[in-house]
Amino acid sequence: MEILVVGLSHKTAPVEIRERVAFQPAAIEAALHALTALPAVAEALILSTCNRVELVACSRHPEQAEAEIGHFLADHHALSQAELTPHLYVHHGADAIRHLYRVASSLDSMVLGEPQILGQLKGAYNTAVEARTVGLILNRCLHKAFSVAKRVRTETAIASSAVSVSFAAVELARKIFDDLSGKTVLLIGAGEMCELAARHFVTAGVAKVLVTNRTFARAERLAQEFDGDPVPFEDFRRELHRADIVLSSTGATGILLTAGEIRAAVKQRRYRPMFLIDIAVPRDIDPKANDAEGVYLYDVDDLQGVVQANLKERQKEVVKAEAIIDAEIGQFATWLDSLEVVPTIKALRERFDLIRRGELERSLAGLKQLGEREREAVEAFSLALMNKFLHRPMTVLKQGQDGSGGSEYVDAVRALFDLAPPGGDGKSHDEE
Amino acid sequence: MSTDLLLYQGTLLVYLAATVLYLVDVIRQRPQAGLMSRLALLAGFVLHSATLLTLLLALGYTPVTNLPQALGFFAWAVVGVFLLFQLRYRLAVLGAFVAGLGCILLAVGELLGGSSPVRQLPPILHHWLFPVHVVLAFLGDAMFALAFAAGIMYLVQERMLKSKSFNALYYRLPSLDQLDRINYACLTWGFPLLTLGMITGSIWADIAWGSYWNWDPKQTWGLVTWLLYAAMLHGRLTVGWRGRRAAIFAIIGFLALMFSFLGVNLLMHGQHAFSSFQGG
Repeated sequence: MEILVVGLSHKTAPVEIRERVAFQPAAIEAALHALTALPAVAEALILSTCNRVELVACSRHPEQAEAEIGHFLADHHALSQAELTPHLYVHHGADAIRHLYRVASSLDSMVLGEPQILGQLKGAYNTAVEARTVGLILNRCLHKAFSVAKRVRTETAIASSAVSVSFAAVELARKIFDDLSGKTVLLIGAGEMCELAARHFVTAGVAKVLVTNRTFARAERLAQEFDGDPVPFEDFRRELHRADIVLSSTGATGILLTAGEIRAAVKQRRYRPMFLIDIAVPRDIDPKANDAEGVYLYDVDDLQGVVQANLKERQKEVVKAEAIIDAEIGQFATWLDSLEVVPTIKALRERFDLIRRGELERSLAGLKQLGEREREAVEAFSLALMNKFLHRPMTVLKQGQDGSGGSEYVDAVRALFDLAPPGGDGKSHDEE
Repeated sequence: MSTDLLLYQGTLLVYLAATVLYLVDVIRQRPQAGLMSRLALLAGFVLHSATLLTLLLALGYTPVTNLPQALGFFAWAVVGVFLLFQLRYRLAVLGAFVAGLGCILLAVGELLGGSSPVRQLPPILHHWLFPVHVVLAFLGDAMFALAFAAGIMYLVQERMLKSKSFNALYYRLPSLDQLDRINYACLTWGFPLLTLGMITGSIWADIAWGSYWNWDPKQTWGLVTWLLYAAMLHGRLTVGWRGRRAAIFAIIGFLALMFSFLGVNLLMHGQHAFSSFQGG
């Protein structure tokens, strides 16, 4: 029994193709049933997001399943094979498991370490469970994928730093002030990014928000939104020293705050540090202010630089994440193999016994002169011989059950002794 | 091999292990390494305490009369103070510094060999104030050693935040505020310890040599250092000196301290010099 993944992602297909291949949430259950109705497909799961469509399946005949699923996907979405195939990727066995683990851990995502994909995969799993298209193997595989994703998120720093400008601002503030809970934020002007950053700071627990704007009514409205205080525009320079964090985004064409004014404010604060974020273009705050002691001035480009640095740092974590995934794949593959061991042992013994009884009958038929006791002795001999022959192979195979090796011989034994594949996939096979 | 030599080398090895573990924690950020490094340092400290105790019992006096002993005792104080610190601030970078310092001090001490330990201390030095003075002074020094380390880290982190170019260290160093608070804490604990150390030293000097103050190089340099730290404390409390200024001060102050601790003993003569303990 093998796991395979057939799909496409933002890495292999442009959005025009992806949007045609995506599954509507309401249509997924029917699609799952259609998939498992395919002769070669035993278990199935569909993951469909704006960036990827993954069909995960379990099959005894992976090549056949691959073809069937490919056709199904094209037919279902009224695409031709020629249109679809160049964008599809197919993974088998350990590669399929690795792909699943990587996707779940957000290593394959557009933004490394993004948190949504795990929830989306869990949703896809639940849908498949309800549709009863998930069996023993996919069940265990998906659960493992979830725990691997959790390990990657907690044991590496892949998801721990900010990759948006507004989160980066909060992160920087923490590097300067450590605990934000007693701090005051001053909002100068308004604007989407400014307000978003302010919202993040409020979520992070700042104590007070001051808002100032050329239009006092606007300041009042915003202040109410953040449960803060409005400050008349003429007065804000006087209040500047109260702010630990300043977010500035006005439409002013020139410099609003000079380096001298900021230096004076910091001095008034007894040199407690001040973090200023200048989102405006053209800039509101004199860049030279950054040279003053205790002043940390960042504009939008600087914040982008932080995001880039964070992404680079996340890249370094990929190596660690891949190592975790490697270890987990090995474990899962061993478990998968061990599933085959017991039926194989049984089938091997049955085959040997079949041969033994056949030969015994033939021989005894030609030895009519033997008495009852001699017949029994010959039978006992044949049994003892068979057991002796089987003893060593059985011992080795049994090791595969507890994961201490031996499972790799299952395929060899099946081939050498021409054993039927183990049953239990709910499908009839007439090839033997 | 004698017990104390065995213990000494054992301590050195455990400190080395702790340093490596802390560095692994810093570079690779593995939580298991973090736990193991803290345990290793604790184990090293216990071994080190046993070493000092053995030495104390063998010699009959506080083992600080030659350079290796002084270095070893100082290392013990720094590690001990840091272990207390770890209850409040968990900083792997600082841990690496402290464990590394412990290694270096013990290794240097062993390499120098030092003059053979004085078997019989001159009777004037047999007074309970002697160990008290030494321990207080060393604890104060240990505090300032930590402030020194925190000061360096502060300057590094501040440079990155100001210049907006971030290297791997940025992600592993604590926030500026935390480093500044460590600086402040070290100052508020270290200064009284240093003061008491100097006072007990003077009282003992009077008992041993007949005068509280005789402008012996160590006392003089000790006073200079004390004044530096007093200025820093004053600046903190009244004017609001903090951050960069405090960090630079902590570095300069510690260098002055090291000079008054080591430089004087090595380079100059006088009652404090180790040389004066030889031959009574």
